[in-house]
Amino acid sequence: MSTQMSGLAIETAGLVKTFGETRAVDGVDLSVPAGTVYGVLGPNGAGKTTTVKMLATLLRPDGGEAHVFGHDIVREADEVRGRVSLTGQYASVDEDLTGTENLVLLGRLLGHHKKAARERAAQLLEAFGLSDAAAKQVKHYSGGMRRRIDIAASILNTPDLLFLDEPTTGLDPRSRNQVWDIVRAVVAQGTTVLLTTQYLDEADQLASRIAVIDRGKVIAEGTKGELKSSVGAGSVHLRLRDPDQRDLAAELLRRALDAQVQPEPDPVALTARLGTAAGEDSAAEQSARALGELARAGITVDNFSLGQPSLDEVFLALTGHDTHDTAQPSEDPKDEVAA
Amino acid sequence: MSTATTTESKELAPVSAESLAALLVSEQRPPRPSAWSASMTFGWRAVLKIKHVPEQLFDVTAFPIMMVLMYTYLFGGALAGSPEEYIQFLLPGILVMSVVMITMYTGVSVNTDIEKGVFDRFRSLPIWRPSTMVGYLLGDALRYTIASVVMLTVGIILGYRPDGGVAGVLAGIALLVAFSFAFSWIWTMFGLMLRTEKSVMGVSMMVIFPLTFLSNVFVDPKTMPGWLQAFVNNSPITHLASAVRGLMGGDWPADEVAWSLGWAALFVLVFGPVTMRLYNRK
Repeated sequence: MSTQMSGLAIETAGLVKTFGETRAVDGVDLSVPAGTVYGVLGPNGAGKTTTVKMLATLLRPDGGEAHVFGHDIVREADEVRGRVSLTGQYASVDEDLTGTENLVLLGRLLGHHKKAARERAAQLLEAFGLSDAAAKQVKHYSGGMRRRIDIAASILNTPDLLFLDEPTTGLDPRSRNQVWDIVRAVVAQGTTVLLTTQYLDEADQLASRIAVIDRGKVIAEGTKGELKSSVGAGSVHLRLRDPDQRDLAAELLRRALDAQVQPEPDPVALTARLGTAAGEDSAAEQSARALGELARAGITVDNFSLGQPSLDEVFLALTGHDTHDTAQPSEDPKDEVAA
Repeated sequence: MSTATTTESKELAPVSAESLAALLVSEQRPPRPSAWSASMTFGWRAVLKIKHVPEQLFDVTAFPIMMVLMYTYLFGGALAGSPEEYIQFLLPGILVMSVVMITMYTGVSVNTDIEKGVFDRFRSLPIWRPSTMVGYLLGDALRYTIASVVMLTVGIILGYRPDGGVAGVLAGIALLVAFSFAFSWIWTMFGLMLRTEKSVMGVSMMVIFPLTFLSNVFVDPKTMPGWLQAFVNNSPITHLASAVRGLMGGDWPADEVAWSLGWAALFVLVFGPVTMRLYNRK
């Protein structure tokens, strides 16, 4: 009850899940305020899906506890199931059935009468731009269509909490933007969303708070601003005309930007990671200043680009290692049991 | 998948934000469906799958026809003098054997389904937990009924004449389908327990072949050695075959019917809870 008063949709303490030797989730503490999008960011195998599966009552935790709207996920699993909805990385509708059949099936399972279930299915298909594909089997849908029918199935009854487990993995940029629009519309109606993603920009676009998890542990948590300032504002990539000028350029950048500068394998390229010590200047302002300095020193820049911090950079900043060497065997618990 | 994504999403109609918002405005959630209604909905799903992939009815049509023809003409002359004589004895038995054999596909379909994401969605719904499994079995009960009707039709064409008339035949089929529904809980258990479709098939064969052949389906057990008689006379398949044979033959074999239903209840009571435990732990 107390959690409901404090407006938390999810509250976990020391949540643990092990598969054999692997501690897939190793003491996760989360507090997700109701009515917001909360991003869980991490590479493959970090424990994101396992955490979501526990919160959605699909897996039983091996340690710690979790409450969803004040209900214990183990002892009051049925209460939790009544308030949450899950959209996996995989299409979690029946591929052999048509779009309409899937939605009517779920509508019936959620307690709608036949007529109401049919109406709701038709309205959802219409709203999601799937009316033309309503009578097609889902296995003939494109990736973008699958995500849509999947999300439509998840909001048949507007849930209080929606789990979106990597909703845009494998989608092209256009379909990805469309999924983001859907998420925004869902949140605007008061649903809390827990979004897991491997993409920093996705968390940046949608989430108000973000937890970064790695090897089953939360390694950073905060608002987007807090997280970014811990990582830096991004990176500047430069290609010079003359490789002999590279050392001088690196030195100038280091002084002008207070940035870490790294030479690249290419003898004319270098990368500067923008720090936070440069004050409140935006990354663009900092880069403009840096280019000015280089021009004054007579260094010709052939190519210049400014990149947002990538997940790799977030990880490097937070953990000192990059995403590739964190990879555990698999995110999917079934495989892990089999392993 | 990725190539399909890029080509098709271009023509995909846009998401309509207003109608989406209108849909999301929380209305009163309907009350949860009853256990019966949820199970029937899953049964409807099984029927839809048959509708989309009618080829899957092959095992309940072609296979039973083959069984009747094969055994009638293979053993008929030797065991009863002629196939026409033999089929009077054989048909109820071969009906039991074939339908009980078909039950093992339940395990395979459960096993292939759990690999798919839709299973997670079902498990995250606030519904009566066993309804997913009961739904499979209700769909399968339909398949068992189809197989029974097909075999009876073939049998009657070959000269089988049930003395029990329409009522006896219907009672026999009803008992067989009810027993098979209960027996299938063994396969839902294996479907959830074993890792691959192949291992489910393998285990099913190991159970089903001895169980169905070591019975009174083909011959009277009196000629068998004593130790085998002990097994055969107490096998649930023997009780069921005797009960179905009796019902279709116009007797009312109350004790055999009771034995069959007793075994059926036992299967549900033992394998139902084990299935549900596995389902919840998956």
